[in-house]
Order: sequence, then C-alpha cells, then structure tokens
Amino acid sequence: MNEDAVRVVAPQVLGVLVRRGNDFASAEDAVQEALIEAHRRWDEQPPDDPKGWLLTVAGRKLIDAKRSEAARRRREDVVTLEPEQGTAEQADDTLLLLFLCCHPALSPASAIALTLRAVGGLTTREIAEAFLVPEATMAQRISRAKRTVGEEAFTRPGDVAVVLRVLYLMFNEGFTGRIDLSAEAIRLTRQLARASDEPEVLGLLALMLLHHARRAARTDADGALVPLDRQDRALWNETRIAEGVRILQTALARDRRGEYQIQAAIAALHDDARTAAETDWAQILEWYDELITLTDNPHAALSRAIAVGEVEGPQAGLKTLDGLEPRLADHYRLDAVRAHLHDRAGHHDTAAELYTRAAARTGSTLERDHLRKQAARMRRG
Amino acid sequence: MPKYLLLKNYRGGPENHPDFTLFDDWDSAEFAAHMAFQTHVIELLTERGELVDVQALSSAGTYVRYGGPDKAPVTDGPFPESKELVAGYFLVDVGSEERAREIAAWISSAPGPHGRPLHEWIEVRPLMSGSTDAVE
Repeated sequence: MNEDAVRVVAPQVLGVLVRRGNDFASAEDAVQEALIEAHRRWDEQPPDDPKGWLLTVAGRKLIDAKRSEAARRRREDVVTLEPEQGTAEQADDTLLLLFLCCHPALSPASAIALTLRAVGGLTTREIAEAFLVPEATMAQRISRAKRTVGEEAFTRPGDVAVVLRVLYLMFNEGFTGRIDLSAEAIRLTRQLARASDEPEVLGLLALMLLHHARRAARTDADGALVPLDRQDRALWNETRIAEGVRILQTALARDRRGEYQIQAAIAALHDDARTAAETDWAQILEWYDELITLTDNPHAALSRAIAVGEVEGPQAGLKTLDGLEPRLADHYRLDAVRAHLHDRAGHHDTAAELYTRAAARTGSTLERDHLRKQAARMRRG
Repeated sequence: MPKYLLLKNYRGGPENHPDFTLFDDWDSAEFAAHMAFQTHVIELLTERGELVDVQALSSAGTYVRYGGPDKAPVTDGPFPESKELVAGYFLVDVGSEERAREIAAWISSAPGPHGRPLHEWIEVRPLMSGSTDAVE
C-alpha cells in the first residue's frame, strides 16, 4: 500500500463527505475505518482508483453508522452515487477542512493534532509520537477536539489568520521522534496556498522554507545548537532558499504586507549573505521597524535590539531594551539578548551573569546548554 | 505543548495549611473519599487527553553514589523522617502553565478529614524540551 498516496487522498475524501453535508466527526470516523479496510485489502488487491474506492467505502461506513442510528437511509444512498469532484473543489475542500480543524474554539495543541490527522493523514500513533505522549492520550485529545468542532456551526467562512497561526506553531514544533512536524507544516501550507490567494499564506510558506533551509546547519555533530553567525553556510539548502525567495516576491508584489511576509523578508536577508559579516543589517533593521509598527510584539522588539546592535553598536541596542521588561514577564530571551549585546560590548562579567540567568530559565535543554557554554566562554575564555 | 510534573510533596515546601494532615488519623470513610477523588482526577485528565503518566512512589528510598574504582557503591538511608518526601506525581501535557496550575490546585482540593479540602501543596515543575523553535 502506497502510504504517501493514501495520505494525499484521505483528506480529499473527507472533504467531499463534509461538503456533502455529513457532520465532521462521523465523516472522519468513516474515513479512518475505510483506511483500516484499505490497509487490509490493498496489498492483495490494489484498486485502480484509490480515491473512488475510499470514497465508496467511507460512504458505506457512514451509511452503516447512520442505519444503526435508524437515520435516513435513502438520502445517504444517493450521496455515495454522486460523481467525483474536480481539482478546484479539492482545493476548496482542503480549505474547508483546515478551517474546521483550526477552529478558534480549539486550543492550538488540539487544533494541531486534529489537522495532522484529518488533513495531514497521519495516524493517531504517529501524532502521539511527535508530541511524546501515550497514544491513548492523543486519541482522547483528538476525539474531544472532533466533538468540539462538531458542536460548532461551520457555515460561516473561517478566519485564515487562525489557520496560519496553527500551521506556524506546528512548524515550530520541529522534529521530534520519527515525525518531522516542520515538513508536515510546509506540506499543509502548500496545500493552503493552492486554495487561498491571501498573501500572508505565501508569506508563511516562504518563512517556513527560508528557515527550514538552514536546518542542517543549526546543530553540530554532537547535536549542540550552532548560532546563525557561526553556521556553515555551505550546509544551507539553496533550492529551498530560492523557492522561498520566489514565493516571498510573489507575496510582496500584492502590496498587502503582514507579519509572516516581513519575518520571511528578514529570513531571506540572512539567507542571502554568503558570510555572517556580509549580512545587510541596515535593511533587516528597517523590516523590524515595520514589523513592530504592525504588530507591537515585544519579542520582535528583542530581535530588533540585536539588529540595532549590529547597525549602531551594542550600547544603542541595549538602550532599545529599556522599558521592555514589564512586557516580557521575566522571559529568558530578554536576558539572553542583553547578554549577547554586553558580550559584543566587551562587558564580560555582566554578559556571563546574564547568560547564566537566561540558561536557568529557558525551557529548552539545547538552549540551556548553549547559554551555559556562552557564560563559560565569558568567564574563562 | 509543554509538559508539567505535578509533585505531591508530603514533607518540605512552604508551611502547610492548618487543615493539612497526613493519613495517620483519618477514618476509613475519609480515606475512601480521598482515594475516590484521586480516581476521579485521573479519569477526567485522561478523558481530556491531558494525562501522560501518574505514579505513586514508595517512601523506602536509598541514596547511592559511585564509590571509586574497584570499590562498592556507597549507600545511605533510607531516612524515614527526611525533610523531603515525594509521594507521587501526575505528569500532564497541557496548553499552558496556567492550566497546569489549575490542575494542581484541583488535586490539592482533595478531601481530607471531615470531607474538607486538604489544601496539600503541589509542586509544579515544567519539563524541559529537547528541541528549540524551528524559527530562529
């Protein structure tokens, strides 16, 4: 059985069933049951038309379920005989499913899990592995999310910004265990880009590609974090960078800027520099100014301080951090950025202290080890 | 999704609430009500897809350290009256620290003597993740 083909086809079948007016939770159950049957039968008897096969079987499962509830049988019999749908409708179905799975009533974690299963075509076991929780826990989370979505009306159009946020968070989960959530997020964002002409969708896709391009360089052979200015740029994936830049240009040409396009533009400027020293910090700083005007995000202000440090010197960078403290609620990144700027200014004792404080508060062991190493470098050289 | 360890720390920690007592002087109905509450917590956290693990720990612990080349390990304890006693934990996978604290407070409201909430201290410790954000 060709797993990849199934993963493409299964959400399409679900989309068709939901579009035909079936409720999302029952339709999703029916598709999962059809997939189990496919696993049993396709190795011996591969179908000529996998999508048609799944649609017929899932449709039958739905009818069985409804019959057992003594539901209206005739209407559903007609449903399974409807003709297959074209590509434009497939794109619409993807959009509809993403709006459902990324419903604002769901927590981001539930939305990510449901999206991975219903649109990404991953199994519950795979999703559980990616989040390092028992399969039973993930099964409960998904079935609860389905119930929540089932109770919400979804006739009104969804908010694409909510979908983008979920995909962004999924991308940021990165790589755990066997499942590459960054790659899944890119795949889903590509599907969304085919279905929506919102420039921020392209902006997010570009942002993901431009960061994903550097992944091989972000950790060394021992798995330790390598900061951007020390990465081996020969390891960056040029194909991904070129594609990201091309998509970003298409988005920017529409002249409706948003935070993902701006973040992608910043990533593109980093990716464009052949050495760290050639980085166009002045232009990066302009993009950060625009980002902060647009979003007023204190985390963007932290990143901007580093850019100011590069353009006008570390003291100027530190000055921009005045007043940020109350808004960042003791976040480790504030200390990490301060440490970096004091480090650049040659204030080794202060930098060591701040690196140590940041290391004690980060939630990531990779970052903790990196920050401890920086502190040691300040103290002992 | 962040994970949190909610520790039931029977000794140590800040000063206890006046209603907090250990099991010694409870009657059997009070004890049963307390255990039924624990079961209820486990069921609800499971149903919500938030529970990763729950365990009780024996208090019979021993300290062990490396004794040097060709020497036996050094052991010490158990210490029946040690300052700290981790009696058990809930490991939860939740959307936010706020939710983890909400669960901790709920666990702490388990009934004690006379069916009154026990107000037991629960220590909330975030687990570190082994990865970083994919967006640098």
